[in-house]
Amino acid sequence: MSTDIAVPSTKAMIAVDGDDHVDTERRSGGAPMTPAARVRLILAHVAVYVAAALFMLPLVYAFFSALKPNGEMFAMPPSLFGSEIRWSNFAEVFQFGPFWTYIGNSLFTSIAGTLVVLFVSTTAGYAFGRLRWKGRDAVFVLFLATLMVPAEVLVIPMFQVMQWFGWVDTYQALIFPFAFGAFGTFLMRQFFRGIPYELEEAARVDGAGPVRTFAQIILPLSKSSIAVLSVFTFLSFWNSYLWPLIVTVDYGSLGTLPVGLASFSGLTGTRWDLQMAASIISMIPTTILVIALQKHLVKGIAMAGLGGR
Amino acid sequence: MTITTAAKRRHGSLAKVEARQALGFASPALVGLALFTIVPVGLSIVMSFFDWPTFGARTFNGGANYLRLFEDPNFLPALRNSMVFTVLYVPLSVIFSLLLAVGLGPRIRGRGALRVLFFIPVVTPMVANVLVWKMLLQPQGLFNGLAQTWFGVELPNFLADRNWAMIMVVVMSVWQGIGYNMLIFSAALEQLPESVLEAASIDGATGFRMTWSIMIPMISPAIFFATIMTMITSLQVFVQPQMLTGGGPGNSTLPLVMWIYNQGFKFQDLGLAAAGAWILFALIITITALQFTAQKRWVHYEH
Repeated sequence: MSTDIAVPSTKAMIAVDGDDHVDTERRSGGAPMTPAARVRLILAHVAVYVAAALFMLPLVYAFFSALKPNGEMFAMPPSLFGSEIRWSNFAEVFQFGPFWTYIGNSLFTSIAGTLVVLFVSTTAGYAFGRLRWKGRDAVFVLFLATLMVPAEVLVIPMFQVMQWFGWVDTYQALIFPFAFGAFGTFLMRQFFRGIPYELEEAARVDGAGPVRTFAQIILPLSKSSIAVLSVFTFLSFWNSYLWPLIVTVDYGSLGTLPVGLASFSGLTGTRWDLQMAASIISMIPTTILVIALQKHLVKGIAMAGLGGR
Repeated sequence: MTITTAAKRRHGSLAKVEARQALGFASPALVGLALFTIVPVGLSIVMSFFDWPTFGARTFNGGANYLRLFEDPNFLPALRNSMVFTVLYVPLSVIFSLLLAVGLGPRIRGRGALRVLFFIPVVTPMVANVLVWKMLLQPQGLFNGLAQTWFGVELPNFLADRNWAMIMVVVMSVWQGIGYNMLIFSAALEQLPESVLEAASIDGATGFRMTWSIMIPMISPAIFFATIMTMITSLQVFVQPQMLTGGGPGNSTLPLVMWIYNQGFKFQDLGLAAAGAWILFALIITITALQFTAQKRWVHYEH
């Protein structure tokens, strides 16, 4: 297997970093439009906006449902609004179960996990991408090979390992086991390899060791790809469900948001209003994250998308 | 002579220093990989050959687990369900996201905002997405409600019908995942060389022909990549059926990963679960390999 599949264009990333509208005006200029082209363009707008509206319907309806009294969830004919607008449903979610605990646990484990991933991926990416040592490429291929093993194959033995460690029902078990995947290392290595060597050599000549060049030259130049890796790692921790479901038993104190939400829906039984309110609450942080980072989204996917989620 | 040997020695010691430093940099990843990937993979092979309850004595049973898989009343249906899901989901997801990516061309106003919109379900917790759909699909939910009010048609009880349940798991998953492949395709489309598109448009290619004969073939590597990744993730489907249907009605939407989960953590039979997981792995590897063989026929690489 070649180790250079999907080399992201490091130089472009460095150059484009902080300059977001390089490609926004691409292809939008050009020749004046014929009437036929104008009609086509209008039809295209209609098509994509109708598609977008249909697409958003489930979430919009869920939001309005979260504001209804529970008895009117499935009223006929369906309507957006119930007899009253109950913002109190959102408050009641927090009284019904340990919802703050779920949010806190998800935040803590996602942030801690992301930090671990960043540390491990940048250091290893540096070792594989910029330092020369015997056996480097062989070890790297081994690294890449582990990408093929799906998490679902790992969860059974991983649970056994957690039992041996005495980690079942601990925060460690939520943070560490899936923080050492090869993907982050692969991503950082690919990026680091594209950084011009002259920059590093100049620092070396000035007497800086690898730790200093790594911290003062390489890392600052890699902000964009580190940001991409952070976001995708954070999201994968925030949304992970199968592993937390398995490795924690005491959901009341260690449940993460997805696990909490799932058990919460059993707890609330037929309280669809609360389930919808809780679902909407859990969607807010990730939605804000995506909106805030939308400019990097396409670039990030072009880079990080080459490797899975 | 002396100078070169001295230089060589100096170089050699430098290389040694660099190797030591590299080991320092790589060691967190190496230790983590050993503990949390290599050991579990090895252990999983061992476990699959043992009668291995969560608590209690473990006994070697040869390949009995692999034989038991095929006697299990739910394993083959689960295997079939995962395949059915994949066969339905992958083409739908790839086609719709490709349509979206092409539709959201550079001349569309607000394309940035629209992209974000289509991407939202990708990043919101899957459990929350599924709960929303579960509400919509209730017999008294929005879909049936609208159908009755507007058209006077009573829709089937989606989640209680064997076939409809699977279809709805697929529909919900397509809705959830479409934004991801859309962004992959958008990124690929944006990287198309201007010159080729201009040459094509000078030759008179517009609209559909431009898209179908020029743009799609040129991003076929991205389509190939997205197809493979989507296929791998869809063979691992778990949350959607788990939350939407609980695998039912009967076992009609029970996928392989849910079967593995149930064996391991409901029935405490970790050995059998590990054996099932290896079948899943073999399936993923086989299908990926087949795809790589088939790609020569439809993927065009530039170089």
